[in-house]
Amino acid sequence: MSAKRHFRVWRGDANGGELEDYQVEVNEGEVVLDVIHRLQATQAPDLACRWNCKAGKCGSCSMEINGMPKLGCMARMSTFAPDETVTVTPLRTFPIIRDLVTDVSFNYTKAREMPAFAPPADLAPGQYRMKQVDVERSQEFRKCIECFLCQNTCHVVRDHEENKRAFAGPRMFIRASELDMHPLDARRDRKEFAQASQGLGYCNITKCCTEVCPEHIKITDNAIIPMKERVVDRRYDPLVRLGRKILRRDQLEPASTPTGRPGDQPHVHVTDSPAPFVPAGVQWASPEAAPEAAPVGADGRLPLTEATFDRAGASSPFGDDVQFPLPVEQLRYQPPTQRD
Amino acid sequence: MANIERHQYDVVVIGAGGAGLRAAIEARLAGKRTAIISKSLFGKAHTVMAEGGAAAAMANVNPNDNWMVHFRDTMRGGKFLNNYRMAELHAKEAPERIWELETYGALFDRTKDGRISQRNFGGHEYPRLAHVGDRTGLELIRTLQQKIVSLQQEDKREYGDYDARIRVFDETTITELLLSGGRVAGAFGYYRETGEFVVFEAPAVVLATGGVGKSYKVTSNSWEYTGDGHALALRAGAALINMEFLQFHPTGMVWPPSVKGILVTESVRGDGGVLTNTDGKRFMFDYVPDVFRKQYADTPEEADRWYTDPDSNRRPPELLPRDEVARAINAEVKAGRGTEAGGVYLDVSGRLPADVIRRKLPSMYHQFRELADVDITEQPMEVGPTCHYVMGGVEVDPDSALAGVPGLFAAGEVSGGMHGSNRLGGNSLSDLLVFGKRAGEYAARYAAEVGTARPKPSPSDVDAAMDAALAPLSRGEGGENPYQLQQELQVVMGDLVGIIRRKSELVEALERLGELKERVAKVGATGGRRYNPGWHLALDLRNMLVVSECTARAALKREESRGGHTREDFPKMDPSWRRVNLVCALDEHGDVHVDRQPLPEMRPDLFALFDPTELAKYLTDEELSTVHGGN
Repeated sequence: MSAKRHFRVWRGDANGGELEDYQVEVNEGEVVLDVIHRLQATQAPDLACRWNCKAGKCGSCSMEINGMPKLGCMARMSTFAPDETVTVTPLRTFPIIRDLVTDVSFNYTKAREMPAFAPPADLAPGQYRMKQVDVERSQEFRKCIECFLCQNTCHVVRDHEENKRAFAGPRMFIRASELDMHPLDARRDRKEFAQASQGLGYCNITKCCTEVCPEHIKITDNAIIPMKERVVDRRYDPLVRLGRKILRRDQLEPASTPTGRPGDQPHVHVTDSPAPFVPAGVQWASPEAAPEAAPVGADGRLPLTEATFDRAGASSPFGDDVQFPLPVEQLRYQPPTQRD
Repeated sequence: MANIERHQYDVVVIGAGGAGLRAAIEARLAGKRTAIISKSLFGKAHTVMAEGGAAAAMANVNPNDNWMVHFRDTMRGGKFLNNYRMAELHAKEAPERIWELETYGALFDRTKDGRISQRNFGGHEYPRLAHVGDRTGLELIRTLQQKIVSLQQEDKREYGDYDARIRVFDETTITELLLSGGRVAGAFGYYRETGEFVVFEAPAVVLATGGVGKSYKVTSNSWEYTGDGHALALRAGAALINMEFLQFHPTGMVWPPSVKGILVTESVRGDGGVLTNTDGKRFMFDYVPDVFRKQYADTPEEADRWYTDPDSNRRPPELLPRDEVARAINAEVKAGRGTEAGGVYLDVSGRLPADVIRRKLPSMYHQFRELADVDITEQPMEVGPTCHYVMGGVEVDPDSALAGVPGLFAAGEVSGGMHGSNRLGGNSLSDLLVFGKRAGEYAARYAAEVGTARPKPSPSDVDAAMDAALAPLSRGEGGENPYQLQQELQVVMGDLVGIIRRKSELVEALERLGELKERVAKVGATGGRRYNPGWHLALDLRNMLVVSECTARAALKREESRGGHTREDFPKMDPSWRRVNLVCALDEHGDVHVDRQPLPEMRPDLFALFDPTELAKYLTDEELSTVHGGN
């Protein structure tokens, strides 16, 4: 059961190139990578394309097929209409080398900047003890086959070369998350590193990375969002969060009495301890916004994209119902100080 | 000599799979400047395909396990043809090598008490395979890759340069080893990306290039498995042993093309999968050998009852050992009762309800669903023997991994001897850790001994290597099509030197390989030097051909059946052949010669680990009398 199909494949190099048309035999049960191989064997012996395992396990044959970032070995021909033209182009985010091969060294550079696993000093090899339930969280991220489709699809760098310096990308966020959740990693600053050095803040959770992940890793839900939340806990506005967490209206009275001297460091401890914490120099005159759950759609889940949701971006750390500018009498200010 | 990029290193590791990365880590930890050469991107090596796990007698699940039991299992699996010392070192050191990975950040599945979980696997007496779901190989590669990055970070802190002491040259292919005065002086190769040549000057080279499966029509191996290290070693003057032993998995997918070669795990048969031919006949009942008759059912009815009541019924014949199943499938296909793609049907949908299949075989279900749109809960799979692993390889010193040439080391699948005639599942991942480490350690030591009086590659050798590499491009369209040649080679090896061999077919194979050799010498490539896969393949073909010839010649010579070598005309194992390794080497004309060489004698204390009645199955009477005399 074979038929001639119309393929358009981008041919060229850093100096430019164009889509070339091919009529190529396609057999039942083949994937796009099979067809690329047939093109090499019959019409275009020098057509450059990376591949290794052809089983969806190595992540080498990343390409864009009809505009969609995919692995060539997992793009079944049966998913296209019988007369549909198949257009194959290289990953757009990375500099072109030749034909379908791009220079993905960006990803390896970012990987090198990521502080490695820090083994616990007090455990010898063979003494590591971890619970299955604890390793499973990191194991999800270690499924990553480094196909870099998430990196390629992420709009922060896809059309913004200038962001590449400051932004490590979803692949590196799941690596940060993996190490953060590693039960025995001795470093404690994974989240802070992600925020300060990897550009976690650039991500605005459009979930495109999750959508293209061939390993179905929940990049956004399980790695990026939890990290953002905890970074927010620790860094962005600990006062608001603490205020929401531990102070009731009737506790606010004594807090309004200044107890510290100007310049005192606030002690920020995110714990469940009910001990009232009173930062210095803050006018707690206005009611605090009640704690809010993350905004969810009608199905009770986080929205897949902004396009189908009723607000843009993540919810405000000040509460979605707070209008700015605040009335002057409600203004309060505490210089933000990072913990540690 | 043209102006070629040159690099000086203490140790050059060719291959960036498990063995190569582990060797490089060890050489760098010994303080040596180390280069890693990878044909693909960093972290894509074929090691990622390993599913089952890494065998190590850590005794986490069964406290009775120890290195002696593991050693025994390994020798049994290899039908006593293993290099006993390699099997011994492997069994003793595997646990340390696994624990070490945890300090690099690996996350294995756990037991209830928090240790590394271990699973059962064919041929292992106790649960022994450390694993991470069915992606253990990926975990291993990623862990080693990340360890190398962490070493580079240390160097960055110390020297201001990530690449100061360990550098990865990705998408780089080595085409020749360079010698000087019979010693290793370096390696010559090209960057795939630019087509530019590069010379590495180094006193020590570690080969870790993996296997040879890409010479076969149906294989689970990736394109990189073209036997480069085997061929480089041969051309440098080292020898290959046990090249006749290839492991075929009886049930690889043969259709659809998108999943051709991918393994269908044996548990599909264990969970009720039935093999039928195109006549719809459940043919395995015709292939039960007499020695197994007592344990296996005669009728489909009895076989069906076994799944629910194994105590009062005999096993279905689909559960015969791998080689029997492969032989049967092979016979059916050759008798014209196979599918167009050259396979038979394996159906699990008829016996088990869809939800049970999904629960028991989740990764099989998802893999075929996603890659091929085959729903194994509704339709049969088309399966046939697929080339999986080569037991044969570079002959090395067991302790140091040193090959026959000073400065040349080999580890992992490219080395030979460890697995004898057949490898146990799970022993390859532990093999590459144990001997990768040793190869790196001894290569570093060798580089230190050589000191500053390093052999220099001769300019004429570099020129010759460059001419050879450019030859296909200069022939251009006038040359033979490399893709066509590869396809023909795969057909010859798959059909004539496949899982079941006979003299007439092997003789024919050698004839056809001879013809192909002449044509490969005339292979051409069109296009330029920048990332040109046609040119790359043209250069790989030479390696594939010489290694295929070794396999065919050794297979013709070994007149018995043992492990991964089955001769239809010599179906029995012959104890006198157990004492013999077949050694392949090149003569001055570049022709393959195969010689017999006695197997190293196993030490008495290791013989003593076996039951005498078991030894009687493998050893000659003469050996048995010495062994028992020695006790």
